[in-house]
Amino acid sequence: MKELKTILKFMEGKKIMYLFSMVFVILSQLATIVAPLIITITLDSIIGDKLVQSDLVKKIIDALGGRLFLRDNIWIVGIIIVLVAILRGSFLFLKGFLSSKSAENTIKSIRDALYDHIQKLPYEYHVRAETGDLIQRCTSDIETIKRFLAVQFVEVAGSIFIILFVAITMLKLSTKFALVSMATLPIIFTFAFIFFSRVKKVFKEVDEADGSLSTVLQENLTGIRVVKAFARQKFEIEKFDEKNKDFRDKTYNLMKLLAIYWGFSDFICFTQIGLVLIFGSIWAVKGDISLGTFVAFVSYVNMLVWPTRQLGRTLTDMGKAVISTRRINEIFNEPIEVLEENHQKPKIKGNISFENVYFGYKKDRPVLKNITFSIKAGETVAIIGPTGSGKSSLIHLLARLYDYDRGSIKIDGIELKDIDRLWIRKNVGIVLQEPYLFAKTIKDNIRLFNPKIEDKKVYESANIANIHKDILSLEKGYDTLVGERGVSLSGGQKQRMAIARTIIIKSPIVVFDDSLSAVDTETDISIRKALKERRNKSTTIIISHRISTVAEADKIIVLEKGEITQMGTHEELIKEEGLYKRIYEIQNTIDDFNDDLALDA
Amino acid sequence: MDKADNNKINFSIWKNFYELIKSQKNQFLLLFIIMIVVGFIDAIYPLFSKYAIDNFISKNTLEGLDKFVLIFFLIFIFQAFNAFIFILLAGKIETNMSYNIRKRGFEKLQILPLSYYDQKAVGWLMARLTSDINRISETISWGIVDFAWGITMMLAIVIAMVRLNFKLALITLSVVPPLAIASFYFQRKILKSQRQVRKINSQITASFNEDIQGAMTTKTLTREELNLKEFSSLTENMKKASIRTTIISSLYIPIVIVLGSIGTSLTLHFGGVKLAAQSISYGTLVAFISYSAQFFEPIRQLAIILTEVQSAQASAERVFSLVNEVPDIVDREDVVEKYGNLLNPKKESWPEMKGKVEFRNVSFAYKDGERVLENFNLKVNPGETIALVGETGSGKSTIVNLLCRFYEPTEGEILIDGINYKDLPQNWIHENLGYVLQTPHLFSGTIKDNIRYGNLDATDEDIIEACKLVNCHDLIMNMEKGYDTLVAQGGDLLSTGEKQLISFARALVRKPKLFVLDEATSSVDTETEKIIQSAIEKVLEGRTSFIIAHRLSTIRNADRILVIKDGKIVEEGKHKDLLMKKGYYYRLYTNQFAVEKAKEILSN
Repeated sequence: MKELKTILKFMEGKKIMYLFSMVFVILSQLATIVAPLIITITLDSIIGDKLVQSDLVKKIIDALGGRLFLRDNIWIVGIIIVLVAILRGSFLFLKGFLSSKSAENTIKSIRDALYDHIQKLPYEYHVRAETGDLIQRCTSDIETIKRFLAVQFVEVAGSIFIILFVAITMLKLSTKFALVSMATLPIIFTFAFIFFSRVKKVFKEVDEADGSLSTVLQENLTGIRVVKAFARQKFEIEKFDEKNKDFRDKTYNLMKLLAIYWGFSDFICFTQIGLVLIFGSIWAVKGDISLGTFVAFVSYVNMLVWPTRQLGRTLTDMGKAVISTRRINEIFNEPIEVLEENHQKPKIKGNISFENVYFGYKKDRPVLKNITFSIKAGETVAIIGPTGSGKSSLIHLLARLYDYDRGSIKIDGIELKDIDRLWIRKNVGIVLQEPYLFAKTIKDNIRLFNPKIEDKKVYESANIANIHKDILSLEKGYDTLVGERGVSLSGGQKQRMAIARTIIIKSPIVVFDDSLSAVDTETDISIRKALKERRNKSTTIIISHRISTVAEADKIIVLEKGEITQMGTHEELIKEEGLYKRIYEIQNTIDDFNDDLALDA
Repeated sequence: MDKADNNKINFSIWKNFYELIKSQKNQFLLLFIIMIVVGFIDAIYPLFSKYAIDNFISKNTLEGLDKFVLIFFLIFIFQAFNAFIFILLAGKIETNMSYNIRKRGFEKLQILPLSYYDQKAVGWLMARLTSDINRISETISWGIVDFAWGITMMLAIVIAMVRLNFKLALITLSVVPPLAIASFYFQRKILKSQRQVRKINSQITASFNEDIQGAMTTKTLTREELNLKEFSSLTENMKKASIRTTIISSLYIPIVIVLGSIGTSLTLHFGGVKLAAQSISYGTLVAFISYSAQFFEPIRQLAIILTEVQSAQASAERVFSLVNEVPDIVDREDVVEKYGNLLNPKKESWPEMKGKVEFRNVSFAYKDGERVLENFNLKVNPGETIALVGETGSGKSTIVNLLCRFYEPTEGEILIDGINYKDLPQNWIHENLGYVLQTPHLFSGTIKDNIRYGNLDATDEDIIEACKLVNCHDLIMNMEKGYDTLVAQGGDLLSTGEKQLISFARALVRKPKLFVLDEATSSVDTETEKIIQSAIEKVLEGRTSFIIAHRLSTIRNADRILVIKDGKIVEEGKHKDLLMKKGYYYRLYTNQFAVEKAKEILSN
């Protein structure tokens, strides 16, 4: 049970509370048993005239004024019963409160730790992670553990205790009657346990049928245009009907099994109660047991059969908690990035130098080979190259999303690997190609880096990124919640949001990773113009396919198949044979083609 | 929107509901009767102890025990059997009800026009057809079980007690009113509090989703600490709300226990006095004591049902708003009579389409009043290829949507082969339409299934022929399972370009008269792009085609180019003529040209 160790770790500091809740559940069960005892004694020895066996009870009766006095004042007994009930109620309340408090605290710790762990897992992990599975683990698996902690474990402890205690109490009152009263318990328990272990398969079938029903529904709704355009409504209705029927039938199958379970277990439970009534009557008539004992046993047998039936079911459910913990442990066992190692925060000016850098995602498969270049603080460098040439990898190295294999990258002369990940990322602002926006207001998305950034600066950045007007045209402007129904931003708008949220940081190094691809040429130009006007000497790296964007850079790097094939200014490169010149010449082609038109005319 | 807090029970909704479940009326009735029997037997259960005490133990005789045993077992075998039956029956009702409502909902969704889908998110519709319907059926079927049982049980207990001893019955019952009040009060609080927990829970799920999907953003913006802080405040809320819920329900139980014990004490006290005075039997007192504790369960159940019905009502309102939605676009009655309806078309009376299209003074405005087209006129000859060019929001999609009758003109008319299309059924156009979307949508199943979607009668040969035409036959044959390759949900196993080709084949296998192509701009590799281009050319041959065009080659090859701006045709003509004008089209074209060429070189 090494799985439970994980849970115990998170329960640190809450164990005492949890222990107390177990104590309280036992105390409440004791009170539950005491109540019928009081009634029994009252009926037997106060209203009736049977001698009290227990010295303790005798003393209590004497203390309360003696048997005769009590017989004339049964209300005193009534008050005791109420007091016991109040005690029992209080214990139950404390149990509920404490177990919930400790479980909820534990679950909060697990959730927080899991969240933090996931966000600190290396970029590589996220690239290959299956989102659906991960979410499932973070939600339903945690829910299973929570149910185990808050309800099942305490419940099972309580049930086992009451079953044992009632059994002992009964054995003390009358051994043979007790044995009769418990005769069918093993059957009830075993039946429940085996039944629910077996029925798992059917539960799974229902889940799967539900899943495939949802799939058909979802595909239909997202593809409704295709359905309509192809006039396939009837076809879709039939397809859906099949799944709908399947789900109905599978669910009904499950119901049938449950009906058998409840019917049969009811039958055994009633049989048990019947046995108590019959044997009790016979023995009471014979004088082997008292009337009070008979009445007490009738109560006790009810306390035994129903919890026993429940116990079988709960125990099978508890097995799930172990599996869930294992699944969560798998996430925790993935190593995370160390964000801060040496805790130095050197002021970064923005000089970058790459020297013979090699890097590959897999061994022996270098994505970047022998990369050497340098950028002075405040310079603008453009990188151009075919898809898959390693442009993005180069940027990822700079932000330490991956670490380079060989060679050296220096920022202001300091080896990059000696700078904490957190610190370098704070100083390198990257505008991603496919930015992710959070479910916050537009304003909060722009000041994602720091929620304390004032509104004025938000508007300023939005203006530079040419998104300000777009935002104002929305009904709620900057307070629009991203992802709200009806509000969807276009790819270009998202990219401009990403630009705004990066440039608001004013980091010494800014990287645009093909982040204007979804923006039209005119907007592109106006954004770059605005950036240039405000540029406070940030070192800027631009990855782009657009020659016009690239041409203005202080230095242009042409990257092909992981290697630098050309480097220089626009003027230099258009004179060299190579990729750059080929791309550049297209612009001349357009001019030629205009001339052609003119000739035609 | 959430009307679950509404205290009143809205009968018009449940009346609506009655219409739907009429077919299950008998099952409902049977279930009700069985639950009355079950409740009754549960209520007389303490009388067995009473009988045993009064007739055997007190009289000190075992006479009649055999009969007692027999009756006890008969009754409880019957009771166990009842449990079996009522679960079966309630399960049957529940699953059938879900099935029926879901079927109705889905059928309505197929009939509703696209404008309905513009207003509703897919997730919203999914929730209506899954969780809402489940909740309604569950509440109704099991609600009947608990309701019939609870009421019977209470009535039977009252009757049993009153018959045994009227005064003592009144005394024992004196705790029922406070018990009922406490139950209803607490159940409502519990429900409300649980709803809060669920709400926060979905926020937590959303946060985890962001945590995973936005990991890159988090890293580059170094949001780790802030993220955790925000998430932690969410889990803190969750913790508090959950504990609050437990506290409320943990308070309810003790109150019920104490009230019950007061009932027991009162019974014991007054019953003891009566027993001493010999005005009641020993067994009667024991039965009364049992009853005083038995009242709690049915009252609790009734309180739960009432609160659940209230919350299911919110679900029911949403579901029925969908089921009762009146579609904007419907075929006229005389059209249905002549040509059949959507699900049972009389295709034999449909005219054959030639492909002449005319927009005559067409205006269109969205429901919110936004006018997209005004007085739009266009004549297209059979076989002509029309390219629509313009910026996002210019109205080119609307023109295509109107042509496909996904929307209908607010004013003016659209004629196909000279007939106003409203004089023919909606599916007449669709059956003659080949349609390729910008982002291809495929369904789960094999590649073959997906192509056959275009023409259910297509033979394997037809499918292969279509694939050869659009040059994806070899590509498919290179896959391990060929045409039987499974397309995962959303087509994740195939690249966008491959999906696009399959959707071309799907449209082509229909042999349509009209062709609509919302051309993809998404980046596919150059190789696939070339294949797609030749596919387009083949597909368009001899068909009236409307293309929302982005690719230069497509635009260039069109018979006529319409440049759309603000819902109007600003320039119209052949490619070369439009270039010579050096107007809007010229600017669009040269920009696009530069981008495409650069891309071409860079992707080599």
